[in-house]
Parts: sequence; structure tokens; C-alpha cells
Amino acid sequence: MVAVFFAYFALVSIAAGVLTVSLKNPVHCGLALLALLMHVSGLFVLLNAEFLWAVQVIVYAGAILVLYLFVLMLLNLKADERYFHSSYLYFLGPAVGGACYVLVLLLRSPYGGVKGDVPAAAVLESGDTHAVGIKMFSDHLLQFEIIGVFLLGAIIGAIVLAKTPKSIEDVTGKK
Amino acid sequence: MVPLSAYVAVSAILFITGLLGVLIRRNFIIVLMSVEIMLNAANINLVAFSHYLESLAGQLTALFIIAIAAGEAAIGLAIIIVVFRGKISTNVDEMNVLKW
Repeated sequence: MVAVFFAYFALVSIAAGVLTVSLKNPVHCGLALLALLMHVSGLFVLLNAEFLWAVQVIVYAGAILVLYLFVLMLLNLKADERYFHSSYLYFLGPAVGGACYVLVLLLRSPYGGVKGDVPAAAVLESGDTHAVGIKMFSDHLLQFEIIGVFLLGAIIGAIVLAKTPKSIEDVTGKK
Repeated sequence: MVPLSAYVAVSAILFITGLLGVLIRRNFIIVLMSVEIMLNAANINLVAFSHYLESLAGQLTALFIIAIAAGEAAIGLAIIIVVFRGKISTNVDEMNVLKW
């Protein structure tokens, strides 16, 4: 059953990613990106990361994507006639070949590694949100604070950049 | 049981798709969307390893990546608005004022 869900989420997210890159109208690209984000959040549920699922839906699909669509509506773009770079075929061939090579290497790899101390059963006992919260506010507190300062800087930067500049007459006080 | 390599393969395909989008699209907004695809591919990878190696550090890193993606989208879209105000275009080939 898990394999069926995995196949669905994986195939649809890959198809939505390809559509995001290849569609002509930017609004259609945004909607394909929405489908990609939703299906990636489904993959998170399969991996026992319910908190990340919620964050993905709320922050990515709810905030970031709305911001993209808002700017698209604001700019009122027309679809370009030539919307790919002029020499895109030179990129496409090596990318597909490289992807196949990487896939063969990945599927053959055994991925042995040192196991951590939080097995899935222990996470499910108290809930993923609880486990992530305890971990974040004990071991990763400094990163959390840094992210807070970073987001504050990003907000101030976005406001300063997007503000309508005053005209010269207003600044110098002349009529 | 889905093997870990399947998740890593999905992540690799999505990452290469996003990289291609950054390289071949000419609309700045679509380029930013492709960057989001690449960040999502990295998130899938981190969460999959976090699940299979039984550690929560991967999930936390994915959480921080989502926060950074939010900041990146805000700043990138503000830059697009500034560029669009001066020159009615979002084509990356025409934004060459700072080119040496």
C-alpha cells in the first residue's frame, strides 16, 4: 500500500516539476508548482514527518506560492514567444544523460550508515511535532535564532526594495 | 517497504529538472520557481535519510530550508518588482546593467 502511494506521489511530483519548467504561461507554471509542492508534502507523510507536511502546506503552498501568483498578477506578464534560452538544446542532452548515469549509480548504492538514536516507533509514540520541538529547542537552538534574525532581515530588505521611491522634488524640498 | 534509493532517485530527478529550469528559462519568475523545485528536492533527500537513519536532524534541516526559501522568495520577488519598474521586462537576458 505504501509503495502504491509512493509511486503516485513520486510520479505526479516529477510530472509537475517538468511541467513547471516547460509550460509557456507563467500562471500555469505557478499552478504546476502548487501540484508539485502538495505531492512532495505527501511524500513527507509517507516518511513519518507530519510536522513538515503541515509546514510545507502552510508555508510553501499557502504563503510562498500565493506571493508568486500575486507578483505574476501585479506584473501582468504576457507569455513570451521564445520562452526558452536560445541554446537550450545544448543543456538538455547532457542533463538527460547525466540524470540517467546518476540514477544508475543511486539505485545500486546500498546506503549503509550510522543509525541515530530516534527510531520511528519512538517518534510515533509522542508524535512527530513533539519530537521535532524537543530536538529543535535543545540541540539546534542557535540555528533557530539565526533563522529568526535572517527572516527579520529578509522582511526589512523586501520592504525597502519594493517601496516606491520618492521623486527628487519631494526629497530636496523644492516645489 | 520502499527502499531509500527510490526516494533519493526521485529527489535527483527533481533536482535536475530544477537545474535545467534555471539554465534554460528566460523569465526571471520561472527561474525563481525552479530554485524552489531544487530546494524541495533537497528537502525530500533530507527527510528520507532522516527517516531511514533514525535521526531527527534531517527533518530540522528541512525545516530551516523552508524558512530560507520563504526569505529567498520575498527578496527575489522584490528585486523583480524593482527591475520591472525601471524596464518593462522580466527577461534575464535583458538584465545586464551590472554585467562587466
